[in-house]
Amino acid sequence: MLSRTADNLYWISRYMERAENLARILRVTDRLSLMPAIAESDGNEWHSTIVVAGLEDMFYERYDEATPENVISFLAFDPENPSSVRNCIETARRNGRAVRTALTTEQWETLNTTWLELPGWNENRVRGSGLNRFLDWVKDRSLLFHGATVATMLRRDSYFFSRLGTFIERADNTARIVDVKYHILLPEQAEVGGGIDYYQWASILRAVSGYRSYNSVYRQGLKPWLIVEFLTLREEMPRSLASCSLGIKESLDHLADEYGQRHECHRMAGQIHSRLRFGQVDDIFRQGLHEFLSEHIENNNRLAYEISRAYLF
Amino acid sequence: MAPAIFDEMGAEGAEPRPAYRVLKDWLDQIPLDVLTLRREEAETFFRRIGITFAVYGEGGDPERIIPYDIIPRILEAAEWEQISAGLVQRVNALNAFIADVYGAQEILKAGIVPSEHVLLNETYRHQMQGVQLPHNVYTHIAGIDMVRVGPEEFYVLEDNCRTPSGVSYMLENREISMRLFPDLFERYHVAPVDHYCDDLHHTLASVAPRNCESDPTVVVMTPGIYNSAYYEHSFLADQMGVELVEGPDLYVKDDIVYMRTTQGPKRVDVIYRRVDDDFLDPLAFRADSALGVPGIMQAYRAGNVNLANAVGAGIADDKAIYTYVPKMVEFYLGEKPILKNVPTWRCGEKDDLAYVKEHLAELVVKEVHGSGGYGMLVGPKATKEEIAKFAHALEKAPEKYIAQPTLALSTCPTFVNEGVAPRHVDLRPFILSGRETRVVPGGLTRVAMREGSLVVNSSQGGGTKDTWVLKS
Repeated sequence: MLSRTADNLYWISRYMERAENLARILRVTDRLSLMPAIAESDGNEWHSTIVVAGLEDMFYERYDEATPENVISFLAFDPENPSSVRNCIETARRNGRAVRTALTTEQWETLNTTWLELPGWNENRVRGSGLNRFLDWVKDRSLLFHGATVATMLRRDSYFFSRLGTFIERADNTARIVDVKYHILLPEQAEVGGGIDYYQWASILRAVSGYRSYNSVYRQGLKPWLIVEFLTLREEMPRSLASCSLGIKESLDHLADEYGQRHECHRMAGQIHSRLRFGQVDDIFRQGLHEFLSEHIENNNRLAYEISRAYLF
Repeated sequence: MAPAIFDEMGAEGAEPRPAYRVLKDWLDQIPLDVLTLRREEAETFFRRIGITFAVYGEGGDPERIIPYDIIPRILEAAEWEQISAGLVQRVNALNAFIADVYGAQEILKAGIVPSEHVLLNETYRHQMQGVQLPHNVYTHIAGIDMVRVGPEEFYVLEDNCRTPSGVSYMLENREISMRLFPDLFERYHVAPVDHYCDDLHHTLASVAPRNCESDPTVVVMTPGIYNSAYYEHSFLADQMGVELVEGPDLYVKDDIVYMRTTQGPKRVDVIYRRVDDDFLDPLAFRADSALGVPGIMQAYRAGNVNLANAVGAGIADDKAIYTYVPKMVEFYLGEKPILKNVPTWRCGEKDDLAYVKEHLAELVVKEVHGSGGYGMLVGPKATKEEIAKFAHALEKAPEKYIAQPTLALSTCPTFVNEGVAPRHVDLRPFILSGRETRVVPGGLTRVAMREGSLVVNSSQGGGTKDTWVLKS
């Protein structure tokens, strides 16, 4: 297939995934800000949202203060922020239009309908309870697109490039979400402290749709070490780093089978995956959670670069 | 006095013409709000699929839908037989003409077409002199614009030999009308058009360069998503199952064209390009073109790739050349032309110019190189100021204009705000030429949605209709 087509398919998935993750992060922030415990603390949840999104510099160039209105406006609608939900959707649809022939009808119609409905959302409509409706809409549209991808695309190169985009973006986003908690290093097996701490850990799990799955896997209350293990090393958790790296490795293996050629990205993906697959949570904390996550984000970026080099994006 | 207007369904109050009997009954019975509902359904369908036509720089929604009129236009089998035979004949003559003017130039030597009309024409590409193309075909996809003024009277208004667009609407209109009105399709035997894209693919593959040994690799080349016909480009690539490429996806090495793929370079044999000559190759034509592929002309002239339509094919859709087409049919094919031309005055000629200047208020005056309904004067609809302004432009460069009588274009029943009412229509069938020449039964019917308007161009608010050719 055309390299440009592969590139576009990959980025459509990345942008849709990014929009969904922004919606997840915003929802958690909004929820936390309603907790009385938070109101008493000095920590500004809205500020940390900007940090998680990795957009601190750009945000403070454009706004003085991380008020809820400013953060929502910046992350959801700001046309100057290339990663705002609005821009993610517009870019995904524009890329989709450029490679329509490579998309299934269902994928295209999902992208196009999302884009057609987008102008109906703006700062005014997301005030108060409108925010949740908007975030639900973003998440639904993204899930619908991924569902259409998995359910309707032929299992050949175009599909695997789409999946690569999803997993690369998701691995980055999950690492960032967990990273908010890097400064909290609790002793092994310690129970999560009361109040703020409990809600923060719970909110991280919720952000990745993992609250209930965590409980059904561990059944022993919220423990930081287990939560970190769940979100990094457990392959059965679909948004964990291990699960994403498995997805990347498998997609790349399929491409290698189809094309009969392996590249540097295959070696790297295998290395990242085996590190997570055989890793232990003790080692992560020994290295330092923040260091571990930063390294993962960096490796993930390098892998993305190698993928684009291998397939001439 | 205005001539009587021919309505294709039949004059008001009179018996409907045979092909329209069932449709007329059906229209008489169906409540208007049901028609409104169906029209809304159609609009939703077009929006959802993204069948849009981009109009930039005028404000408002840049991705517009061309109004689709839900009432079909119907042609009898016998009418179509005549038309399609005429189209094949005409396009064969046009192809022979283009091959000739870039080759032996016999028609110029015979004095049938004046040399200066051809050799000094802006659309004549001297780079094409002496280039041999497979099967001598230059306009592989031609769109011939026709109008009807009476039961047996069809005229050719314009030949589009460069990049005629609109065929995707012909196909999508059929798709949507079959969805909306299955009951009508049960009662009419409508000749299918679905095989157009297969025919197109065959045509393109049949003109692969002689040195192409395996299955030819065909691609569609688009200027990109901001082009007004982008939807059509992607639609055609999709239906043919070939890649839709942009200039930067292609490159030339040792006079061979390759596309960049995830598996490395892949050789390309035939390019159905929807990029104008001017933008095709910055080394040969406009140096500022970012849409083109440097070196592609050299590869083309070396016979390593074929382009559809050929570079320089525009010489045949020049409106001054148009006047000679009936003579071309006689000259190249030794046949009587089946399709008639509209009587045309060439303003570059003294006597014609004098006549045109005197009768501006009755005539339609067009720029020789213009298209899309821009830069023309419709005398009977123009104000005195507009006529005076146009007369001035005409005086300055008469050779840039032709003039034709205002034709009483036929009307068809059309669903408009006021209900079902007659509106003027034209017809653009699409003719494919490769190893053989063929036409799918039908075409794009364009309709002027405003009462009395004769301008059917989509850039000027015209709409489209599904065009049915009945099976005998």
